[in-house]
Amino acid sequence: MAEKTTTLNLTEEEFVHPGNRACSGCGLSIVYRMGLKALGKNTILVVPPSCLTVLQGLYPVASTKLPCVNVTFASTGAAATGVRAAMKVLGKENVNVVAWAGDGGTGDIGIQALSGACERGEEIIYICYDNEAYMNTGVQRSGTTPQGVLTTTTPIKGKLQMKKDVPAIIAAHGIPYVATASAAFPLDLYDKVKKSTTISGPKYIHVHTPCPPGWGFESRFTIKVGKLAVETGLFDLYEIENGTFRLTGPSQRLLEKERRPVTDYFATQGRFKSLDSEMVRKIQQQVDAKWAAYKSAAV
Amino acid sequence: MHIIESGNVAAATGVKLARAQVIAAYPITPQTPLTEKLSEFVESGQLDAQYIPVESEHSAMAVCIAASTAGTRAFTATSANGLLYMNEQLHWAVGARLPIVMCVANRGIGAPWTVWNDHQDSMAQRDVGWIQIYANDHQQIIDSVIKAFRLAETVSIPVMVCYDGYLLSHTYMPFDRPEQSDVDAFVPAFMPKNFLDPENPGNFNTVTLPDIRPGVDGVMEPGYIEIRHNLHQDLRAALESYEDIDRDFKKAFGRGGTPFVEEYRCDDARFVAVAIGSLSYQLRDVVDIMREDGIAIGVMGVQMYRPFPDEAIAQALSGKECVIVLEKALSYGNQGPLYGDIKSALYRLEDRPVIHNYILGLGGREIKTQQLLYALTESCTKPQAIEDTPRWIGLKLQE
Amino acid sequence: MAKSDYCKMISRSKPGPGDGGNTGSWRVKRPIIDNDKCIPAKTGKMACFNCWLYCPDCVVTKTIPPTIDLGFCKGCGICAEECPADAIEMVDEASRTAKEK
Repeated sequence: MAEKTTTLNLTEEEFVHPGNRACSGCGLSIVYRMGLKALGKNTILVVPPSCLTVLQGLYPVASTKLPCVNVTFASTGAAATGVRAAMKVLGKENVNVVAWAGDGGTGDIGIQALSGACERGEEIIYICYDNEAYMNTGVQRSGTTPQGVLTTTTPIKGKLQMKKDVPAIIAAHGIPYVATASAAFPLDLYDKVKKSTTISGPKYIHVHTPCPPGWGFESRFTIKVGKLAVETGLFDLYEIENGTFRLTGPSQRLLEKERRPVTDYFATQGRFKSLDSEMVRKIQQQVDAKWAAYKSAAV
Repeated sequence: MHIIESGNVAAATGVKLARAQVIAAYPITPQTPLTEKLSEFVESGQLDAQYIPVESEHSAMAVCIAASTAGTRAFTATSANGLLYMNEQLHWAVGARLPIVMCVANRGIGAPWTVWNDHQDSMAQRDVGWIQIYANDHQQIIDSVIKAFRLAETVSIPVMVCYDGYLLSHTYMPFDRPEQSDVDAFVPAFMPKNFLDPENPGNFNTVTLPDIRPGVDGVMEPGYIEIRHNLHQDLRAALESYEDIDRDFKKAFGRGGTPFVEEYRCDDARFVAVAIGSLSYQLRDVVDIMREDGIAIGVMGVQMYRPFPDEAIAQALSGKECVIVLEKALSYGNQGPLYGDIKSALYRLEDRPVIHNYILGLGGREIKTQQLLYALTESCTKPQAIEDTPRWIGLKLQE
Repeated sequence: MAKSDYCKMISRSKPGPGDGGNTGSWRVKRPIIDNDKCIPAKTGKMACFNCWLYCPDCVVTKTIPPTIDLGFCKGCGICAEECPADAIEMVDEASRTAKEK
């Protein structure tokens, strides 16, 4: 069992240059910074259109210090496959091949290619940073936008449908490692990315990524908002390793602790403004039922 | 060594001889036997390559783009709707200047569904920037595939080798299969200038601004339009490079010499029929019949369509009375694409030939030699009377 | 004579800082660390460093005391929010720069 990473033993080496175009307080900046620390220099990145495209810099300046191929929106899983195939041909087996995509490029337009890569058992790490809307193009609703959320394409009534459970879809492919993580718990994220570099086959990490402009909160609260999502039991940190599900860290501790009410989370963000009390009650019920099931499974 | 095989197997053999390293393909009629043969070559160990059975054509080209950017020789194949599904990727591959080679077993496009041969699929890609070579028979298929890899890697532009679905892909003909050692000498190992490398990191093909902008070392770097301008200049220069490559091929293998157009009985012809693919060989039979009747006609097959060899075509057709362009494609709402291109190539001539356009064979409608004879005879008998608008051969309109 | 210097231009970026320019100019407020409250600063020990950990822009150093690169700091305020010792205050940028002049 690998030693847990702490702030003090976490490497100081940075793989991202400052002065990039990410928004002030961007959750992805935290996720990306941590993830690259875990991956290290011997890595090739695959990135579709997304906030990360912009964060990584406009030609000719790259804020990323790692080699990266930008690809079309629907093709991330397939492009990662292609990079790995080339590494096999060239005998560079130790290179990490890592796809970084948003929720749209993963669970909506990108799902076909990702599904194919998982089914083929490709030797890749796929990290989805889920900011719960198409943020790069201006906050339009996506499959992972939670129910009731206001976006620019659900501007009045809020999203009618529920959040698409992308990690569960990927887990159904039977790949060796599926995990969820959060920008608010960067050390947990670091450890999960690090762990995935030691496992053979496709690895998928779904990272909850708070977005100040898109979610409607002041930039200083990125970590606080992210933590509340976990502490209210709305977003759960877990691992599915070879089919075995296990809550991790703060989510695991929630089995014994009392969860904060979902209203605490909704109150922090403008995007939940249109939730009425009936909707909130329903959501609290769903969360309670989910945790009741976790608890009976954990027994 | 002479073998008798299908056009698809000729193509697959060319890919094997050229030592493609990463192959990704999605099956689509009539390309399927090509991709099946390649998977057989890989699984049997005859070809040392990674074969990825992708879940779509868009992904097939994605694998090729990524594998090529990572520094390996990549190949895919498709037809019709598969080619269109990867259209976005075709633009990507060419803008990224990747030397990918692809075979297209030409097939008509839906709607409505058709699996039979015409040229609309690759013709609809003529503006993308991919180099397009059309093979007229099985020997030309295997030879063009081998030449394509060398051309693509010389000019850093992807190449598609097209051949008629069913008419060439599925028919069996004898052809010479070159020796591996000879092909190795002709197509050296892939030496990319720019590739994904943790030791020398770079971020490829991200957002590129309209205007020029200084790089990290203060040097002005190009904008999008400069990069695309460079592509176009290189495409035009590729004509000469391909002539050289074809000349080298002839020296090494004894075949070729017609990189742009392949002429039959054109030297003393007053009239020239122009076509692409196996149709240009079928027209030779018609030419022979008409010659016996005293009509001085020849036929020219266009081998390289993009970059468009306008000079070679203008030269070949200069001084002719009438040019008849027969094609299995249409720029809907206007005219045949080849017709339009040839007309503009002839525009520079003092003495322009009259030019006619015939559309035929769409969705695999059978092309009968009798029909060709009738149409060409009409064109040659009263060239001035044919209007500047496409005529159709083989329609069976029920009155 | 056929061309030999093909593909002189592609879109390939090199790593370097400041793609977004002087992102310090984005700030409305700037972080000021009070070294009397900051845990590593006042104890002289390698401890805490939440500010370094959570900074989205890699502008905080893991040093005693921590320093902030104001050339690139976007002023998000996460360091101030997450400091367990309340050692970081977000101070109005306009008044600060006026003072500096």
